[in-house]
Amino acid sequence: MAKALKYSAQSIWRKLNLAMEEFGDFAYFSFQSVITRSMPSASLMLPICYRVGVQSVAVVSITGMFIGMVLAVQAYSQFQALGLATQLGHIINVSVVKELGPVLAAVMLAGRVGGAMAAEIATMKVTEQIEALRCLGVNPLHYLVLPRFLACVLLIPALTTLANFMGVFGGSMVCTHIYSIDPYHYWQNSKGHISLYDVITGLIKPLFFGAAISLISCHRGMNARAGAEGVGRAATSAFVLSFVSILALDFFIALFLNELHTYIWPGHVAKAFGPK
Amino acid sequence: MPRLLDPSEVLFKPMNPAAILELENVCVGFTQHDVLRNINLNIPKGQTLAVIGESGCGKTVLLKLIIGLLFPNLGSVRFDGRDWSKLNSTETNKQRLRLGFLFQGAALFDSLNIFDNVAFGLRSHQRGTEQEIEQIVKRRVAEVGLRENVLGKKPAELSGGMKKRIGLARALALNPEVMLYDEPTTGLDPIMTDVINELILQTRRNNPVTSIIVTHEMRTVEKCADRVVMFYPLARLTPDEPQILFDGTVQELHACQDSRVSHFVRGESKDHHTDEIAAADSEEDGES
Repeated sequence: MAKALKYSAQSIWRKLNLAMEEFGDFAYFSFQSVITRSMPSASLMLPICYRVGVQSVAVVSITGMFIGMVLAVQAYSQFQALGLATQLGHIINVSVVKELGPVLAAVMLAGRVGGAMAAEIATMKVTEQIEALRCLGVNPLHYLVLPRFLACVLLIPALTTLANFMGVFGGSMVCTHIYSIDPYHYWQNSKGHISLYDVITGLIKPLFFGAAISLISCHRGMNARAGAEGVGRAATSAFVLSFVSILALDFFIALFLNELHTYIWPGHVAKAFGPK
Repeated sequence: MPRLLDPSEVLFKPMNPAAILELENVCVGFTQHDVLRNINLNIPKGQTLAVIGESGCGKTVLLKLIIGLLFPNLGSVRFDGRDWSKLNSTETNKQRLRLGFLFQGAALFDSLNIFDNVAFGLRSHQRGTEQEIEQIVKRRVAEVGLRENVLGKKPAELSGGMKKRIGLARALALNPEVMLYDEPTTGLDPIMTDVINELILQTRRNNPVTSIIVTHEMRTVEKCADRVVMFYPLARLTPDEPQILFDGTVQELHACQDSRVSHFVRGESKDHHTDEIAAADSEEDGES
């Protein structure tokens, strides 16, 4: 029994050490990738921006719209029972703008772009293309990672705005057309409850999500093991780690921003869009 | 197609006998095993050195040490008198441009077309205007015996031999002083193998380069090398045996009395490696 406990403790300790080592390596990798005086050229950035931004529009729009619609369907019966059906817009829009829109856009980006980034870089690694870059005097971190980092960080707020818009639109369509809630009251109650601070925080969080997705995916790709299995594992672990990071970052950033709000406006709820 | 060379043209003397590459007491090991032990090697300017040996004996590791992609655990690797481990990243990148590397699988960039692949190094280091770069690319592609119509294609559309030739054109675009070839003829048919061998000779004739060829192919060694070095896997050496079994000319290689060298040269499997397998098999038979 004691032997088994000792073995388990040793095993956990080893895994913790490995995780710490991996985290240290990731931190160093991120620093090396992002800290540079030279910016990537437009010819390098544009195709990546196209893949990250333009090609994600459809999937982010569709999922954003459905999440708004599902929220409306799930919440309607409870709100209707309390006679608060016209307040549905409030709960749907706040949920979408503050939480679901940013997280959903980030998750879609992690799945669609992050996995592809990891797989692409892992393939380059196993086919010696990364070593070829180094042989040609090019830093692979600045050539491969920095443009992807910039594309994700710069474009994810736009994708989040799109997801927010589509979520709000989807929720309103279900409420006003399927459940026949009066549109005037629906929108009047909605705008009274979303503050400018909510909108801004909903757009600040994605910057961190975009950075995490790109750096984690590129790091996984760069550290892929040889062969097709190595490439597959890199893509899978890139998505899983990105997803966990998005949720963890979401929690800590939300906590921080709420505290910041309380610090700046103690006992005050900002209602920039609300009725005076 | 490259011009066939007369054998007398092949074995020219190096222009400058000073060593451009020096490996001193180099030891390299990875987590589970050692790969190179106490390697001492001087490569003079202009020489064509063939490195032969069984798979896993550290030949590719040697090339990566020479170009500064790997660093030794012990010892030093000096290129033109400079120790790679003492250079900062900017200086390392600058020095690396003086070496060209032809990878085993060519390592062409999948996302770029052939023109952009060959122009990659030139553009990255702003070696001329776009027009000048275009001229250099076309000249290098013609030198490796390919037509201009390949320039718009993606690497996936080319055969293995064509990829190797484009890899060579890309490496040569920056006018390297040292060319490193990692198994340049592996996986190619005999005709294409000969084409690549001719290109190695042609490269040496057209440019004053030092060449290091890692290969299993004895025809490449016989055709291209001034000097041959044979490595042996550390796992099958005793601690006091040197890892370089042979260092000499091609003629000396054929005359070498060491059975491990002569078996490799003749492509015979009668060494203690297969003896060990045979012994293990007979033990298993006895047990069953």
